[in-house]
This record gives sequence, C-alpha cells and structure tokens, in this order.
Amino acid sequence: MRRRDFFAALGGGIAVLLVDDAGAQQAGRGGMNRQMPQDVGAWLHIGEDGVVTAYTGKVNVGQNSRTSLTAAVAEELRVPVASVRFIMGDTALTPFDGGTAGSQTTPMMWPQIRRAAATAREMLLDLAAQKWKVDRASISTANGRAASGSHTAGFGELTQGQKLVQTIAANVPLTPATEWKVAGTSVPKVTGREIVTGAHKYPSDIKRPGLLHGKILYPPQFGAKLASLDQSAAAAIPGVKVVREVLTSPRAGFGGDVVGVVAPDSETASKALAALRAEWAPAAAQPSSDDVYAYFKQNAEGGPAAGAGLTTYTIAYIAHVPLEPRAALAEWNEGKLTVWTGTQSPFGVRRELMAQFQLPEESVHVIMPDMGSGYGGKHQGDAAMEAAILAKAAGRPVERNWTREEELTWAYFRPGAVIEVAGKANPDGAIAEWEFHNYNAGASALRTPYHVPNAREQFHQTKSPLRQGSYRCLAATANNFVRESYMDELAHSIGMDPLAFRLKNASNDDRLRAVMEAAAERFGWAKRKKTPNHGFGMAAGFEKGGHVATCAEVSVTNGAVKVLRVVEAFECGAVVNPEHLRNQVEGAISMGLGGALFERVEFAGGKISSNRLSRYRVPRFADMPAIESVLVDRKDLTSAGAGECPIIGIAPAVGNAIFDATGQRVRSLPMAPQGLVRAAGGAG
Amino acid sequence: MDNHAGIPGSVQGSLRHNGTMANIRELDVNGTRRRIDADAGRTLLSVLREDLDLTGTKYGCGEGQCAACTVLIDGQPARSCVTKVGAVAGKRIVTIEGLAPEGRLHPVQEAFLEADAMQCGYCTAGMILGAVALLRSNPNPSDAEIVSGMNGHICRCGTYPRIVRAIHRAAGKGGRA
Repeated sequence: MRRRDFFAALGGGIAVLLVDDAGAQQAGRGGMNRQMPQDVGAWLHIGEDGVVTAYTGKVNVGQNSRTSLTAAVAEELRVPVASVRFIMGDTALTPFDGGTAGSQTTPMMWPQIRRAAATAREMLLDLAAQKWKVDRASISTANGRAASGSHTAGFGELTQGQKLVQTIAANVPLTPATEWKVAGTSVPKVTGREIVTGAHKYPSDIKRPGLLHGKILYPPQFGAKLASLDQSAAAAIPGVKVVREVLTSPRAGFGGDVVGVVAPDSETASKALAALRAEWAPAAAQPSSDDVYAYFKQNAEGGPAAGAGLTTYTIAYIAHVPLEPRAALAEWNEGKLTVWTGTQSPFGVRRELMAQFQLPEESVHVIMPDMGSGYGGKHQGDAAMEAAILAKAAGRPVERNWTREEELTWAYFRPGAVIEVAGKANPDGAIAEWEFHNYNAGASALRTPYHVPNAREQFHQTKSPLRQGSYRCLAATANNFVRESYMDELAHSIGMDPLAFRLKNASNDDRLRAVMEAAAERFGWAKRKKTPNHGFGMAAGFEKGGHVATCAEVSVTNGAVKVLRVVEAFECGAVVNPEHLRNQVEGAISMGLGGALFERVEFAGGKISSNRLSRYRVPRFADMPAIESVLVDRKDLTSAGAGECPIIGIAPAVGNAIFDATGQRVRSLPMAPQGLVRAAGGAG
Repeated sequence: MDNHAGIPGSVQGSLRHNGTMANIRELDVNGTRRRIDADAGRTLLSVLREDLDLTGTKYGCGEGQCAACTVLIDGQPARSCVTKVGAVAGKRIVTIEGLAPEGRLHPVQEAFLEADAMQCGYCTAGMILGAVALLRSNPNPSDAEIVSGMNGHICRCGTYPRIVRAIHRAAGKGGRA
C-alpha cells in the first residue's frame, strides 16, 4: 500500500509498520496491504482524533488475545486500554498471517505489537519536542497525553496535520516484564460488555440486506458418490433455488459435487433440502471406531514397529464441538467476494476461495468476527466455500451456518491413535530403556522430556478413515497421556513414588521440575492419604513453550469415575494476564476431562453415529472437580502461549489416580465412556 | 409478576379451523409488541434471530441439549430451539437483549464480567438467562443447587467453575436477581 493510500483509508496521523524479521510472513498478502513492505507483521495507527487502531492477522476465538494485544499497546504507548481498537483477521485491512495456531499469538504477535506501540510513543515524543521546542527528555507520557512543563497535549492533537509512516524492525527493545504496568495485570476482557448483553456479533450473527439462507446436501456416507438427483420438488417450493457446483479441490469424504439450496429463511431451506431426491453410489468398506486401531497398524507406512514387549494404548478420535458451529455469510458485488466467517485462518480461507473462483486476492475479502471458539477445529473454509458458491448462484448474500449434526459429521476430528511403549527403570529410579511408537496422531511431544539414554521414538504415518486435523495441542495430548501413564507404570514397577520418580528423571529440566514441585506442594502430594476407592495421580510435560504439572484425586464407585480435585501448575514465561491465564488453565482442564473420560467419535461404514450432543457427551457442570491453578510467573522468560499446553496433563493424571484407586491400568482414551469396566478392554 | 395479559389475536391465531398451524402476527419480546409474520411451526429461535434480528440468542445444537438458546418465557427458562413460535404467542419473552434495557447491566451480567466467567462467550447469553431464572426460584443457591440447576447448559471452553462463582456473586448482589 502506498503511503497516501494508507492515510486515505485511515485519515491523517502517524503509523508504524513493523517488519517481521523472523521471516514468518510469506507470500499471499493482499488487499490494502498489498504494497506494504515485505514482511510486515503488524501495524498501528494513531489518528488525529486520538484513536489508536492496531492491526493483526491473528484472530480471537475465546483465548482473549484481543485483550492481551490491546494491553500490549496500552503498556508501550501509555494510553488507556479503552482508547485502543484492534482490527483482527481481516484480509483487506490486516497484515498477512499464516493462521492462529500453535499458541503463537503470544510469543510472536504480542512482542511485535508492543514494538510497534513503543515506536509510536517515540514518534509522539519527537512531535511534542518539535512543537513545544523543548528537550525531548523533559516530556512525559501517560494516559494518552504528553506533557512538559506548562505544555500538555493529547496524542491526537500531536498527530494533527501529520501523515507520518515509520517502518521499524521487529528487534527494537521492549519494556522488560519487571517494569510492566498494564501488561502482566488482569485487564478485563475488552469485549466483555458486548458479550454479556448479547450485542457482540459472532460470524453466525452477521446480516446483510436481502440475505438468503443456504443448506448443502451431504452424502449419506463418507465417500459415497452422487449418482442421480431429482430437484423438482425442492425447486417447486416458493422462494427456493437449487444450486449445483463442482469443487476444484474435492473435500475428504465429501468429494467435489456441491448440491445446495437457498431460501428466504432457514426452515424453508431445510424443507427444500429434505425435498431433494438423491441417489448415491456407496463407498468401499471402511473401518469402524472399534476396529480402527488394527487398521492404523495394518496401514502404517513401512510396516508397524517390530519391537517386542510393547504395551499398547489407544486414543479415540474426538470432536472439537465449538459451541458455535462453522458459519459463513458470502456476498458478491461486481465480481468481488466478501465473506464473513468463523475461522482460525482468514488468509487460508481467502486462498481456498481464490482457487475455487479463479480470482486474484484483491477480489476476495475474508472478515473474521471474534467467533464462538475453535480449539484448532476451524482452519478450513468449508462453510465459507459453501456460502460463496450459493451466493454466487443466487445473486444475493447467503448465510451458511452449519447445524450441530453437520459440525459433528463433516468437520474434521482430532486423530485417533495407537501408541506402543516399552521401558525399564533401574532400582535406583533411572530410566534404562525407552521405546515409543505413535501411529496416526502425530509427533508433537513424541520425545520424552525425561533424561533417557538411547530413547527410540517414532511417529508412524498411516491411513485415517476420518477427516482429521489440528486440535488444542493435537498429538501432544495423546503422547503425554501414554508417556505419563507409562511413567506411572515404571514407578510402580520399582516401588517408587511417582513424583520422586519423575523428579529424578527430569534432572535436565529445571522448569519441568519447578511446576511438578509447585503442583505437588499445593495439592499436598506428600501428605495424601489413601482411602478405599480413592486415588491420587500426577502427570507433567511441556508443549508450545509451556510447562505443566497436574495432580488429580478421583473416586471410583462401581466403575463410575468421579474426578474430585485437580491442581495444575503452569509456567509459560512472564505472565501476560493472570486472570485470563487462570481461565485458560481451568478451561483446558475442564475440556480435557471430556477426552480423558468419555468423549469418543463413534463411526462405522463411513457414518458417524455420535452426530448430536445427545449422542456425543461433553463435560458439564456436574463433571467438574474442584480446580486450583498455580501460576509460575517467570518474568525473566519470554511469554509463551497458554491456550493449549494446560490440556495435556489432565488425562494421565486422572488415569494414574484411577490406577491408585483400583489397581486397574486404563490404557485407552476415553477411559470410562460407560464407566470403568468397559474401558479396561479397550486396547486395540 | 408474570401475569402479563395475553395479546388479542395472537393466541387464538395459532390453530386454524382445519387444524393446521397458522401464521403468528405478533410476539411480546423484551417488553415490546413486535409485528412478525411467521409460520406457527417455526422455532422461536429462528424467528428471534432471523425475523427480529435478536441474534444474542444462540443456536448450539437444535435439540435442547446445550441451552445456548435459552430465553425466558413468562419468567421461566426455555430452549428456544425446540420451542415453536406458535406456543409462545401472547407470552412474555425475554432475550439477553432485554436484560439491560436502559444500558444498566443486570446483577447477573455484572457478576459474569467480574468473575471473568466466559472465554469465547457464545454460551454466555444462555448461561446468564438460565442463572437469572435459577436465582428467581432460589435466591441463594448452594454449589450443588447451581450445578443441578445449570447442568443443561454447555460451556465448551470449560468456564463452569467461574460461572458457579458468578452466580454466587450475583446472589450476593440481591437486587433484581
């Protein structure tokens, strides 16, 4: 973007463009930012009205990054939090971003935004010094105002008549965490009031004049092919239009044939969908949720591991279940496409739409209103694609909001897995042997954090009968569950306390030891008293720059597992917002309980039977233990993200507590979908 | 407090002589009579969101399992995704948009903010209205009573402990709760 274009769009004032010297930003930028210097990671503008507007391609999905990034600006620019506006995830207004994933917003974007704000503050000081003809060092800044002697001015006044752009490198120095005044404090959620009053517009809430509602005809089975279609009954319904299109990139399980309907309201659209008469050619035989584990090993690339004496664990596929299902609204104007959609990757969705419609990037605008959660489950642009196809054919804006059944069937899932492990502990507690094989789930946290000589650890690519993708911490949850469960097995094999065993073998990782000790102390691990049907377990690990240790207490009564108390210590460097960090830690534990105990995608013959909330159980109020979080604040370390890592400890901690209570080692996730008995036979 | 008068022409309009559902012409929403023209068999949720643009009420499951779509009907919590609009004509409907009519937050809304009892916030409107109804019937609930009263609500972000704290906090505020 040329300088004059920038101010034409934003008004006069000053702007700071921050060049991402990490080189993480790649080709594909566009819209307003198309002629920006390469590698711009973020930018910030202070208008003549004093409004501070900051821009990032990252999105807010509930992890409170909008608040933490706003606090970053307030901290470095010395302005009130309320005066900062953040534009996020808008492909025409914000810098290119590869997607909100991997807990990268805090380690990557947060310092960039702070640097941009710090630079803007320095520019304001220059302006004030010139204007007042005073020594720059005499000027103080606070609350959005500069002052020196008898001079005082708001930042907006200082920018009046200015059109200044400064491009800076991402490596300019930052205020150290020990001197933070706004950052590091519990700044309340900046969109809180909009949320509690129902005013916030989620992607599924967006309206446009002349809006129609769209539905898509999905196959009755993954891989089934459309053989014939009679659309006459549907097309005869007043106000209904039937749409057919072909995807240039077929979707796994769905194929490339898009058949859809649009109607003036969602219920008429549903009726029209039901009136479509389609015949389908069935797909080849597919494994079920019960025999998928054998399938993983049979289809492993290069054959399965040959090691003897391996203990087998299994991990079920689970669903993200964002409470807001996928949603999109598409509108075409003179060959240009605008889509409002819930996604973690607005620029990735733009790329999908550009490919489908053969459009240049300036003709596709994707806007991502803060959405009803993602958990790694909303990277692809399925709903956006459907809405765009329907809207193009209808010649009107079309809303395409998925139903819960569609979300639980046609989204992608957290991968299932077979994990095989073997190991041996010496009588003194040192781990002498360690072998670990993950089939299908992935390589995150495949390697043990403990000091083990000659560890053999391997990820085996295989085939998945279900569409699978990212999830909060993805494979790290599976790998941590198995490793930490097996660590418990090894500790018991030599009669050593599970905490002492871990501490001994974590001699190489002070941060891991620190969270274990913090959790154990708060939990009262050393003083725990064994009573009938009660058990205590712990687990620890690290992922995405965070270190976590979890202690759990459970009761098991006639196979019914009740998690009574959980203490989790978490360390992710310098804490950015303590209250929101606690919220993330507690939320991860709550969500993780579902995958630990009862969540499982059930499928057979290419059909998902767990396709409703009445058939797919997620954690509720009554499932909650007492949860205590212990934050280990390391102001000397770079802040890491916290949306993912806190989820990895709960499943193994609970599994180890179940063993402590019952003597039964549960080697499958979920551990107790119908109570404990059935789970015990779950190995594949 | 819920003895709101019926609206002439709305209640009796829900059944035609031949037994089919007729169109509903008016709803009492957030203290205002709103003109609509909706098939009586449509869900209250779709009429609120699509016809009246009251999008604070959320779709979550369509089968009454998650309570994101909770509204108050004559003061009682109802799942608007499984409530036919024909069944609520003439009744007093309150959505999240009607809880702070003059911009002054309801004590339950204040308490949710103070307890940071949300992450993505998509369940929040339903949670707040569920909590308002719970506190009306039980002004000072125990933990166990909150859990059993709210267990039909899903927060996928897992802010349940904070919501329990928020409800206790709102109970302490008394007032309109």
